[in-house]
Amino acid sequence: MAAYLLRRLIQAVLILLGVSIVTFLLLFLVPADPARQIAGRSATPAMVESIREQLGLNLPIYQQYWRYLSALLHGDLGRSYLQRTDVSTLVWARLPASLLLMAGGIVCELVLGLTMGLVAALRRNSRLDQGLMIASFVGVSAPQFVVGILLLYVFAVKLNWFPIGGYGSFSQLVLPSLTLGVLGAGWYSRMMRSAMLDVLRQDYIRTARAKGLARLRVIFRHAVPNAILPIVAMIGIDVGIFMSGIVVVESVYGWPGIGQLTWQAIQRVDIPIIMGVTLISACAIVLGNLLADLIAPMIDPRIKLR
Amino acid sequence: MKTRGLLLSTALAGLIGLAAFATPAAAFEENIKQGGSMVVTYKDDVATLDPAIGYDWQNWSMIKSLFTRLMDYEPGTSKLTKDLADDYTVSPDGLVYTFKLHHGVKFTNGRELTADDVKYSLDRATNPKTQSPGASFFKSIKGYDDIAGGKADTLAGVSVVDPYTVKIELAHADATILQVLALNFASVVPKEEVEKAGADFGKHPVGSGAFKLSEWTLGQRIVFERNKDYFKAGVPKLDQVTFEVGQEPVVALLRMQRGEVDLPGDGIPPAKYMEVTKDPAYQGRILRTADLKTSYITMNTRMKPFDDVRVRKAVNMAINKDRIVRVINGRATPANQVLPPDMPGYDKDYKGYSYDPAKAKDLLKEAGLADGFETTIFTNNTDPNPRITQAIQQDLAAVGIKATIKALDQANVIAAGGEPDQAPMIWSGGMAWGADFPDPSDFYGPILSCASATKGGWNWSWYCNKDLDQQGLDADAMADPAKAEERYAKWKGIFDKVMDDAPWVPVFNDARISVHSPKIGGSDAQFLDLVHQPVNYDYIYATDVQ
Repeated sequence: MAAYLLRRLIQAVLILLGVSIVTFLLLFLVPADPARQIAGRSATPAMVESIREQLGLNLPIYQQYWRYLSALLHGDLGRSYLQRTDVSTLVWARLPASLLLMAGGIVCELVLGLTMGLVAALRRNSRLDQGLMIASFVGVSAPQFVVGILLLYVFAVKLNWFPIGGYGSFSQLVLPSLTLGVLGAGWYSRMMRSAMLDVLRQDYIRTARAKGLARLRVIFRHAVPNAILPIVAMIGIDVGIFMSGIVVVESVYGWPGIGQLTWQAIQRVDIPIIMGVTLISACAIVLGNLLADLIAPMIDPRIKLR
Repeated sequence: MKTRGLLLSTALAGLIGLAAFATPAAAFEENIKQGGSMVVTYKDDVATLDPAIGYDWQNWSMIKSLFTRLMDYEPGTSKLTKDLADDYTVSPDGLVYTFKLHHGVKFTNGRELTADDVKYSLDRATNPKTQSPGASFFKSIKGYDDIAGGKADTLAGVSVVDPYTVKIELAHADATILQVLALNFASVVPKEEVEKAGADFGKHPVGSGAFKLSEWTLGQRIVFERNKDYFKAGVPKLDQVTFEVGQEPVVALLRMQRGEVDLPGDGIPPAKYMEVTKDPAYQGRILRTADLKTSYITMNTRMKPFDDVRVRKAVNMAINKDRIVRVINGRATPANQVLPPDMPGYDKDYKGYSYDPAKAKDLLKEAGLADGFETTIFTNNTDPNPRITQAIQQDLAAVGIKATIKALDQANVIAAGGEPDQAPMIWSGGMAWGADFPDPSDFYGPILSCASATKGGWNWSWYCNKDLDQQGLDADAMADPAKAEERYAKWKGIFDKVMDDAPWVPVFNDARISVHSPKIGGSDAQFLDLVHQPVNYDYIYATDVQ
């Protein structure tokens, strides 16, 4: 176990290093010139040159990368070009909102997805099953900004059940979480359905029914826990999907998380923020996958770590 | 630049029209009671409230309300007035300005503002270490080159005579210097607070303006509170202004209908424009002003075939501007010259190139391009700009010019425009030039002069006419206020000659449209202030406390 963990952690560091190199290169290729952006449109060439020097943008790219990397190892993500504030300060200030939204998204996708899958499996090949599977298909394919705007329009604007965007109260959390969770709910309902169908065919289920247990008890005591296990391990991987989802969902709902920070930084080519958020997301994805792999054998002894 | 493009784009507006309203509005204001609050929303986060750095749509007038400057404008107009300066004198040669400061002005940390602070603030704004986007505005002050080049730490031309007197010496006469001293970049900051906050002063601003910052929750909310020690009695009207950021304009509008928002800072989104303006519920609360901005097509005069003036003139005649204005539901007025109508120096007798595809074809034939040619037009990829560019593309096709549209992110269009051989044509919409202060020179130097035809510059036509450059310098040396009209006439002549060379197709002058909740009031001119853009928060009042 310890050896496995060590190997995975080393892999993780290598992946993050790779991500940082690729992102750095890509952002280096963006034609916008940060020194000019900072200097403003009326700047004299001398002023632009001075800012370029102060930021180290006149150095060859490998030196710039080295500077970035050494700062990074000290926990310094650099300063935003436009906000002139430490990127870490900006990210930390917005992280709680994003984590809350992700937690809400996970709850929504599990509750929705598992229920849909369960019902579909129990009513296999019925109209209800077909309807639910079509719904899950739509959930998987619908772009999140469309889902977001639709939910906002129907439940906030027309029905007035929820506030129109914003952050701070539980009622404001519902619609964004739902939007974020719809995609996962679509996947999970399909997985849950097939897992349930698998489990329901097992001998122990037949035994349980044969000894006269009530149908509901068989389902919730014997079938569901076994069907859920492989799905729970997937949650770690969801973190990666959520990282891209929050950029859209947070912008639609005015949710003050890192997704919104990223979107605004991209629009204004604020390279240090884009770089910082990319690295943090990569970290989250790598860790999420690692966690998923570690949890899997705990809940299903048939899986072994190698 | 979206940021300042929109910003002082409007800076100049209705010099004539709005100035006329200013007097009755001002008289009315004295009876307005202080108190109450309002909620303002913006889509984009407020990057910084450091006056040396902030240069965005959102933070421009916020900074104006937090800090004071030697000069300002009469609220709702573009008429310069004294602000921190009780009085000033100008030497006969126009090179030395001496300002007498108002006594007893206090920073919100309790300390009195003195001449040392004025000098410190100008030194700070021009020091390259501050990385101020406004530093170059001060280039006519003596010693600017030394401080910009890192050879000095202080502006030699700015000196403290006594605690209430500042002397500013110029390297050469500059008719715009008083306007420059009214820019946000010339705001007075307290040295001890700047040093305490270091690079984070933009998040912990301390000034001597009408409001002070009382709360800033990153990415969510900024709250301003009335500065009770503000040196102008009876100002500001509101006790509190809350800014909520990260709110899409459509969402802001819906929240306003519910009474949660008083002022959607980004205005009415284009998609909602018809619906809102036709809705009787909004009657009397929709404000419209001619924006002091020109949106135009640039033609790169260094790239074939636009190096031929006949081709550029032909393109000017090929564009149907009325149709383009219809494409955007009439949110603009067609333009025929560089300057917007309310800018001093605008030539109202100028006819420009009228829409005439047949004549355009003749001109192309004359230039040896009877079969037309192929080219590329760059545009910012946010609505409505790609739609406008399609209209331009059709107009060009009608005279035989086959233009391919390249819709890119704004930063990439700006970058392409700053290269001598990248973008043959650019539609400037969304990034169009707006003046930083209400003076025609700001529409020439940074976008049409030879000096601006450099890599990374904003002269996307790469237009360079040395003779006109010299005439501009001569005009700006006419610093005597008595000669202002003569100076404007000179600029008028310069811009007429620019149009003879036709580096641009001026397409339209944007209108700015705003709406607010019934809970707040103020004159139209203050809601659409020309200088305190987008809104002059100091004079907006709450209707429920009247």
